[in-house]
Amino acid sequence: MSEHYQLRVNGESRPVNDAWLGESLLYVLRERLGLAGTKNACEQGECGSCSVLIDDVLVCSCLVLAASAMDREISTVESLAPDGDLSDVQRAFVEAGAVQCGFCTPGLIMAVHDLLDQKPSPSDLEVREAISGNLCRCTGYVRIFDAVQRVAAEREE
Amino acid sequence: MLAELAGALRAMNVKVARTLDEACERLAENPEAEVLAGGTDFMVEVNYRHRSPKAVVAISAVREIAGWRLENESGGAGGMGADAGRYGTLWIGANMTYTEMATPAFEGLLPSLTQAARTVGSPQIRNAGTIGGNLGTASPAGDTLPVLAALDAEVLLRSADGSRELALSDFITGPKQTALQQGEIITGVRVPLVAPTDASNDIGRGEFLKVGTRNAMVISVAGLALIARHDIQRVCVGLGSVAAVPVRPTEAEEWISPRLDWQQRSLLDPVDVETFGEMVAQAASPIDDHRSTAVYRRHAVGVMAKRALVRTFGSN
Repeated sequence: MSEHYQLRVNGESRPVNDAWLGESLLYVLRERLGLAGTKNACEQGECGSCSVLIDDVLVCSCLVLAASAMDREISTVESLAPDGDLSDVQRAFVEAGAVQCGFCTPGLIMAVHDLLDQKPSPSDLEVREAISGNLCRCTGYVRIFDAVQRVAAEREE
Repeated sequence: MLAELAGALRAMNVKVARTLDEACERLAENPEAEVLAGGTDFMVEVNYRHRSPKAVVAISAVREIAGWRLENESGGAGGMGADAGRYGTLWIGANMTYTEMATPAFEGLLPSLTQAARTVGSPQIRNAGTIGGNLGTASPAGDTLPVLAALDAEVLLRSADGSRELALSDFITGPKQTALQQGEIITGVRVPLVAPTDASNDIGRGEFLKVGTRNAMVISVAGLALIARHDIQRVCVGLGSVAAVPVRPTEAEEWISPRLDWQQRSLLDPVDVETFGEMVAQAASPIDDHRSTAVYRRHAVGVMAKRALVRTFGSN
């Protein structure tokens, strides 16, 4: 338990002290940096609830060795609404009823932002593929698809 | 002063290498150090306490082994014309991610590898996982491995002592076992480039097929790559998840290849297709496990072999 390093998270330098070198980025975000928006479920990349951006690339933070992300820019779900003003995707999820228990929501929000940043008008298949790594056991996904299409339409205006 | 100190804070036992030399040196200095690529296999083992690294050399920032490039390129049978086809070799860096293998420019060169890459995990996994990692893990279910086996890929290795190249069949020695030695890094693979550039000619484009329980986030129950190599007029097939290591059904390849019309997209004799499928199925040595049964896996590779052949060459 002797590693000391720092990470760039949501635009800030955050020191990590007395860490074990095998800690995942997910663990460090939640347990050391107090950023609990990123959720921990499967710890094997199956569920997508820990999705974050590293240098603008969507990854599962449970599969990132935290100390190996030392020189990278990490963005978590907390970066989307720094002052409590929801992003358009977050607002659409609320309005479309795409949130039930809410556990998968932060990961889905990150995946949907990533999708719409790359493809402003995605087809249904593209939406399905983009969120295929995010498990939701409550909604059946229909309202999540609604939320995505709402944002796509809004952004087009 | 304090800020400077903070800026210098680096994990002692995690080296984020920028160059291959740096990575090889660190591995040579510390025999306990383990190589970390995309992390999609490595970190699962760490998270589940099956692996407890004491030192890590992360190679994903090593630019020398990113991307791909054409080597020894030359025009094919037709000479200099745009339709002549390209023959040569394709170098694929170990750090190439599945997402990068799915880009249109790469798909134009090696569509079967793009198809394989698109079946891996989810977008998040494909953004992180690499071809070097797929080789290093050497799982019987590794999705790129049937394609690399069909192409007789050479695996490129480097250590502080120098470089060497191994045929894929010599590199993968068993389930999750490789010939990689302590201190060595997989730097990439080299495959023959066999794709004609003429988009209207589908011959030679090859296929990758995979059976799983659903379309996303699925580990292969059985996988098959079929590549029609124009340069040697041979259909080359790689099988995944049906043996301890990737399988080449060479008898089936040698039987079907002379029966095909290599000059034009021809219609195949359905009896030949059936025989080819049976021969491919016989070459598999599958097992029963929690994911499927041996009987089903053998059946599945036979069906995929027929389907891939017909898609590549057409049928009556």
